[in-house]
Amino acid sequence: MSYEEILTRYEPVIGLETHVELGTRTKMFCGCKTDFGAEPNTQVCPVCLALPGALPVANRAGIEATIRIGLALNCDIAEWCRMARKNYFYPDMPKNFQTSQYDEPLCTDGYVDVTVDGKEYRIGIERVHLEEDTGKTLHVGGATGRIHGATESLVDYNRAGIPLVEIVTKPVPGLGELAPEVAKAYVAELRDIIRSLGVSDVRMEQGSLRCDVNTSLNRPGEEWGTRTETKNVNSLRSVERAVRSEIIRQSGILDEGGKIFQETRHFQETTGDTRPGRSKETATDYRYFPEPDLVPIAPDPAWVAELRAGLPERPSAKRARLRLEWGMSELDMQSAANAGAVELIEETIAAGASPAGARKWWLGELARRANEQSIDLAEVGATPAQVAALQKLVDEGKLNDKLARAVLEGVVAGEGDPAAVMAARGLEVVNDTGALTAAVDEAIAANPDIAAKIRDGKVAAAGALVGAVMKTTRGQADAKAVRDLILARLGA
Amino acid sequence: MAAISREEVAHLARLSRLAVTEEELDRFAGQLDVILQSVARVGEVAAEEIPPTSHSVPLTNVYRDDVPTPSLTQDEALSGAPDAYEGRFRVPRILDEED
Amino acid sequence: MSDLTRMSAADLSKLITAKQVSAVEVATAHLDRIAAVDDRVHAFLHVDREGALEAAAAVDRGEITGPLAGVPIAVKDVVTTKGIPTTAASKILEGWKPPYDATIVERLKKAGMPILGKTNMDEFAMGSSTEYSAYGPTNNPWDLGRIPGGSGGGSAAAIAAYEAPLAIGTDTGGSIRQPGAVTGTVGAKPTYGGTSRYGLIAFSSSLDTPGPCARTVEDTALLHAVIAGHDPRDSTSINQAVPDVVRAAQIGKNGDLSGVKLGVVKEFTGDGSEPGVSAAFKESLEALVKLGAEVVEVSCPHFQYALPAYYLIAPSECSSNLARFDGVRYGLREGDDGNRSLEEVMSLTREAGFGPEVKRRIIIGTYALSSGYYDAYYGQAQKVRTLITRDFQSAFEKVDVLVSPTTPFVAFPFGSRTSDPYQMYLADLFTIPTNLYGGPAISVPCGLSEGLPVGFQIMAPTMADDRMYRVAAALESAVGTLTPPAL
Ligand SMILES: [Mg+2]
Ligand SMILES: [Zn+2]
Repeated sequence: MSYEEILTRYEPVIGLETHVELGTRTKMFCGCKTDFGAEPNTQVCPVCLALPGALPVANRAGIEATIRIGLALNCDIAEWCRMARKNYFYPDMPKNFQTSQYDEPLCTDGYVDVTVDGKEYRIGIERVHLEEDTGKTLHVGGATGRIHGATESLVDYNRAGIPLVEIVTKPVPGLGELAPEVAKAYVAELRDIIRSLGVSDVRMEQGSLRCDVNTSLNRPGEEWGTRTETKNVNSLRSVERAVRSEIIRQSGILDEGGKIFQETRHFQETTGDTRPGRSKETATDYRYFPEPDLVPIAPDPAWVAELRAGLPERPSAKRARLRLEWGMSELDMQSAANAGAVELIEETIAAGASPAGARKWWLGELARRANEQSIDLAEVGATPAQVAALQKLVDEGKLNDKLARAVLEGVVAGEGDPAAVMAARGLEVVNDTGALTAAVDEAIAANPDIAAKIRDGKVAAAGALVGAVMKTTRGQADAKAVRDLILARLGA
Repeated sequence: MAAISREEVAHLARLSRLAVTEEELDRFAGQLDVILQSVARVGEVAAEEIPPTSHSVPLTNVYRDDVPTPSLTQDEALSGAPDAYEGRFRVPRILDEED
Repeated sequence: MSDLTRMSAADLSKLITAKQVSAVEVATAHLDRIAAVDDRVHAFLHVDREGALEAAAAVDRGEITGPLAGVPIAVKDVVTTKGIPTTAASKILEGWKPPYDATIVERLKKAGMPILGKTNMDEFAMGSSTEYSAYGPTNNPWDLGRIPGGSGGGSAAAIAAYEAPLAIGTDTGGSIRQPGAVTGTVGAKPTYGGTSRYGLIAFSSSLDTPGPCARTVEDTALLHAVIAGHDPRDSTSINQAVPDVVRAAQIGKNGDLSGVKLGVVKEFTGDGSEPGVSAAFKESLEALVKLGAEVVEVSCPHFQYALPAYYLIAPSECSSNLARFDGVRYGLREGDDGNRSLEEVMSLTREAGFGPEVKRRIIIGTYALSSGYYDAYYGQAQKVRTLITRDFQSAFEKVDVLVSPTTPFVAFPFGSRTSDPYQMYLADLFTIPTNLYGGPAISVPCGLSEGLPVGFQIMAPTMADDRMYRVAAALESAVGTLTPPAL
């Protein structure tokens, strides 16, 4: 049965819960650092290890980032709210409760607009609240490093207590077969917005942006169905696949007259489907209550106004504007955004490069290198100013394309700015007419047969002589100039 | 009428990760029943419009700056651990969600 | 030199400052006293002879000076001391050595006060008799067959038995004041937020308050001044100047209370107290009137709900606070045989590590916070808390302080209230309202009933701790201090 056919008989309702790890220097409730990849249990203290007697103090930067996210998502900011304790036992959570928010979230009732196939969809935001991350557990003794079959587990609390912002959408009905794509577009938009705020590096592969996807199906005209919650959705592509596979799975059950149970399911990266997890029916009562160790949060309205005024341009609006300014296609702009290149291109243009020139380097050579090394484009080793300088050398005719690539390699390797690399590596285009003429004459003399053909009007044969000249000048001559010179010398 | 049954006490003990004995269950059920019947008196107070007090100090917005402070060393962090391995806390196998 | 252990902290300090006696001599005298009597009193869970003598020597070398430099102190075992075992009198923390000092311990060290050791208590400060210590009870120096109060029975008994001139206690529902009352010593619960909770092993976060214990009001004030004040590591710490409690105690000592209005809580008179307790309280009240005070009866209609509200709020918070004791990061681990799951091991650990009163409270708290019961229990208790706070506020519009007996009964024999937990809870009937409100209160000895000490409680508005010290010192000047029979 085809996916399209299923959606003639069922209407999906989706909802997304996204956790974003904030990029604060220190944890939410203690002064431990948040550096990624540190030795286990070296970024812990009495507070985040939940030693007896230790007490939390909230990080102002975490509150501020949450409010800015809320504002960027068009939310109302609470005038007064509290943190709450969410009580349940789990070994990666040192206190055996998570400091979170319950019925008093910091931000409520916002929205995000996303565009799919040229059509705009408004995703309602139910709430944005602040909480803390857990530690990391390593399962030992099982076949796959998974919890199942493991004989013991090892816990590292370095990540415990890092501020986490949870963004919950309202249920989104009426998307029909586009539900998977809209879900993906929403997460992409959310990622771009949060990145533009500079509050998180929002990397799904490193877990700083994590997504849970709720899906339900109902027959047209009937009430919404029971929803399942799919966890472990760790890439944009997975968001789309998770929704699609849940729609297909649920429709199969409903078609056979079965019932959907409210449950947590886990997305399987390898197969693209979802597997059952803990059943919600037996899930614990979290016994939320206001956190007595932290005092209420009452953001000063003047502060909130200041944060609102300081919000950056919305990434999608900015992209639309830049796309026109730069004369790019939708598709090119999309790939620039996906590669994290928009700001880099923008800065390169600001440093004097043409839009086409800036785009070419960031989306071409540099994107390829970043991809190969699986690093961010921004970390590839070239700055926008250097790329602009490189393009300037090309525009001035001092470098041809091939030489420019060689110069860029030197820049990326840390050999200095383009001009310095060009000089040090002796890569400048040979423009000296005297030297070039000598090289041409030498090539003519060495290849009398070809020269004769050209004199006879077989201009196409000039290519061979151009090659010879390029060889003697080690590629540093301008090929077109060489060709013109050959033809001129041979009177063709 | 009993405020709390033996079964409820058993359920609460499980939620609280307390492997209580049968004998304790009997004893606690009776004692907790007395206590709960006594504390249920709070319900006699008409307090519909009364705001709850979670903190007795009228403080708000107590924050720290986002500036690192020294952490414990790994040895200090693990010094009280019942079991540790290669810098991590070692725990028995965790029940699989699918179990 | 007269017996150093019989002297007040204020007098010891004068002698040390004048170099008439060394801090090491003072510490040694107390350590020797502990060695001589603590097998009978059992006030201490751990004695740090070496650490105390080293701290005293530093004072003698002139490295630290100050009002209490060289005066030794005992610390309730619920407060963390770096490298010194801290157990909260629980098996679950047996042998645990914290890698950090509580803020108040840092302040004691900075003040040059040698820490003699850690005192016994009810496990996790839950109890009113110290019978719930996992390491055996503390015996009341007035009668070794009777309870020393709780939860801070060890701190109070250490002072009463002259094992220490000063001690740190913590008061969640009366755990400083009630032991003070039944051991004939002084104990003050400062304003909540006036003393830092950082490093105090939490029982009920919104109520826990560390405070001073001593044999005289002046000593209590001197210690109060050392430990009080804003701590940026405790979010609920009040960032204001500490009221000048030492000066207030000195003023009160002059015995003039003219213009001071004492409010007698109507709801706490009547037949709630033993006759001897009521009698001693009334006599003391008359003594205060002679010093110029005016007595006004005030009604606090919601105080009768304080005990039920407390026994919902405190267990609720404790059920969450004690969740961290799971055998993963520190403390006891039980039943890890290589086959059992973590969940089983956690449950066995907590079962083996916690005593019956702790378990009862965890279960009650878990119940009161459950989604189906939250509104009726925890939520309602918090509303009652608001009403009790309003009772205090309106009372303090009419009077300067409120007064009552500290506890309805004198020290009772061991075992007489353990079978019925609710009977034990009644010991805190008069002390609990203050914890729910957050204000300061002090217990001062005010006489004997059948040969056992009776405490007089003075409650003041929040951040008016100085007010209660003035009245307390005046009362002390009128009725004198109490001396227990020789051990
Ligand atoms: Mg969450
Ligand atoms: Zn930390």
